[in-house]
Amino acid sequence: MKEVNISDLERKFEERIAAEIRIEPNDWMPENYRKTLIRQISQHAHSEIVGQLPEGNWVTRAPNLRRKAVLLAKIQDEAGHGLYLYSAVETLGADREETIDDLHTGKAKYSSIFNYPTLTWADIGMVGWLVDGAAIMNQVPLCRTSYGPYARAMVRVCKEESFHQRQGFEIVTTLAQGTAEQKAMAQDALNRWWWPALMMFGPSDAESKHTEQSMRWKIKRHTNDELRQMFVNATVPQAELIGLKVPDDNLTYNEEKGGYDFSDIDWDEFWQVVNGHGICNKERIEARKKAKEEGIWVREAALAYAEKRAARRKQAS
Amino acid sequence: MTKPKALFEYLIRHADDTMILGQRLSELCGHGPILEEDIALTNIALDLIGQATELYEYAAQVENKGRTANDLAFLRLEREYKNVLLVEQKNGDFGKTIVRQFLFDNFQLLNYTQLLNSSDAQISAIAEKSLKEVKYHLKHSSEWVIRLGDGTEESHQRVQESVDDLMRFVEELFFQNEVNELLQEDRLIGDCEEFKQQFYKNVNNVLTEATLTIPEIKYHQKGGRKGIHSEHMGFLLAEMQYMQRTYPGMEW
Repeated sequence: MKEVNISDLERKFEERIAAEIRIEPNDWMPENYRKTLIRQISQHAHSEIVGQLPEGNWVTRAPNLRRKAVLLAKIQDEAGHGLYLYSAVETLGADREETIDDLHTGKAKYSSIFNYPTLTWADIGMVGWLVDGAAIMNQVPLCRTSYGPYARAMVRVCKEESFHQRQGFEIVTTLAQGTAEQKAMAQDALNRWWWPALMMFGPSDAESKHTEQSMRWKIKRHTNDELRQMFVNATVPQAELIGLKVPDDNLTYNEEKGGYDFSDIDWDEFWQVVNGHGICNKERIEARKKAKEEGIWVREAALAYAEKRAARRKQAS
Repeated sequence: MTKPKALFEYLIRHADDTMILGQRLSELCGHGPILEEDIALTNIALDLIGQATELYEYAAQVENKGRTANDLAFLRLEREYKNVLLVEQKNGDFGKTIVRQFLFDNFQLLNYTQLLNSSDAQISAIAEKSLKEVKYHLKHSSEWVIRLGDGTEESHQRVQESVDDLMRFVEELFFQNEVNELLQEDRLIGDCEEFKQQFYKNVNNVLTEATLTIPEIKYHQKGGRKGIHSEHMGFLLAEMQYMQRTYPGMEW
C-alpha cells in the first residue's frame, strides 16, 4: 500500500515539474531531489561566505573613500546572500550549523574560485567583473529553478550581483584607462583570473555527474558547457572594449555557431583546486573555523542571556 | 588661530574618529562570530566611512587649498591624524570590539544631538543624517554589552576586562581646547562638558543592566587629539594608505 502511495506522490511531483509549478517546502519531494538541493544551495551559501575573504583582503587597503564604501557594501551583500541561502537550506529540513560544520570538515564544497589569491587592487575589479559575472550566468536561470524558496532567493541575489558585476567592470575600466602601470596591473589580473573564471562553471558536460538529473528536475536549466560558452561570448567583447587581451591565443569568433571557440581548460588544475590543493584552500577554511571557534563564547553568552530573560519574564508574570 | 583653521581642525578630529574606527571594523569582514554580526559590523563600518567622507569633504572645502577628501583621508602623516586613542585600539575579541563601539556610540549620540543646533547648516545636516545611523549603532552595541555582561561567567569576565581596559581612553572624547572655544563663540558647536554627565549616566545604566561595573580610572590616556598616537596607529595607516603611497597621484 505504502509503495503505491509513494509512486503516486512521485507521479504528482513529476507532473508539477513538467507543468513548471514550483515545489514548496511542505510539498512531497523525492529524497534525492531534497539531497541535491541541500548540497547545491549550501554550497552556494558557503561560496558567498568564503567569498567575503578575498575581498576582505583588500577592504582595508581600498584606494579611496568611495571604493572602500562600495567594497564594504558589496561584502555586506555577500554575507546577506549567505544568510538567505542558509535559510533556504533550512526549509529543506537541514540544520544551518551542521551545514557549516560540513564546510569546515571539507565534506561540503564552495566555489573553487575563492581559493585563488587577490594580489592587487585590480583583482578586486576582476572578482566583480569576471567572478560575479560568471556567477550571474549561473544564477539568472536559477531564478526559474523548480524549488520555490531557492528561486525567490535568487531573484534578490541576482539583482545585487548584477550591481557587483558592473562595479567590478568599472574598477577594471578605470585601470585600463589609467596610467601604464595601472593598465599593466589590470592585464596581469585578467591573465590570472580568466581561466579560473571559466572553471567556475564546473566540469565539462561529459564529466559532470549531477547535471543530467538536475536538468530533468529543472533545478538546472543549462549545462555547464552551455553556460561557459554564454559567459565567454558576453565577456570577450567587454575586454576588447576596454583594450585588455583575453589570455587565450586560440580565441576566435566562430560565425557558424555564433560564438567564440576557445582553448581547453587545464582540468588538472581544476581538480587540484576542487580537491583542496589550491594556494588558499587551507587559509580560507582555517579563517572560517577560527571565526566559528572564537565565536563560541559569544554564541553561548547570547543563548544564556536569552534563557535568563525568558525565565525572568516567566517569573514576573 | 583663525576661525576657518579652527573649523578645519574640528572637522578633521571627528572625520578621523569615524575613519579610523571604520577601518578597524573593516578588518573584521568575514571573521565575525556569527553571520548576522558579520553583516552588522560591516554595515556599521560602512556608515562610519560615509560619515568620514562627509566630514573630510567639508574640511577640504573649509581649508580651500586644493586638497580633496581623499587627500585628507589617505595622505597625511601620523602626527596629523587627530582621532582619539579609543578608536585606534585593536579589535581584540568580539567583546572588546563591542565595548569600544559602545563607548564611542554613546559619545557620538550626544555629540551629534548637540550639533543639530549648530549655526553652521552643513554641520547640522551632517549631524542629522549621522544621528539616524548612530541610534541604530548604539542600540546594537548596548544590546550586545548586556548579552555578554549578563550571559555566561566567561562572557561576563571577558567583557568586564574590556571595559576595564578601555575606560582609560574615555575622557579624551571630551577633550577641548581653543579650537572648541573659538567655534563655540559663534555657536558652530556646543560645549561637550554639558553632556558629559549624561554620557556617564547612559554608559552606567547599560553597564549596570549588564551586571558590569565602571572601574575607577586614575590615569586617563590622552594624545590622539594632538596627533600623539599609540603604537598601533602606524601599522593601521601603513595598511590604509598603501595604495595612495605606492601609486601617488593616480585615479582609482
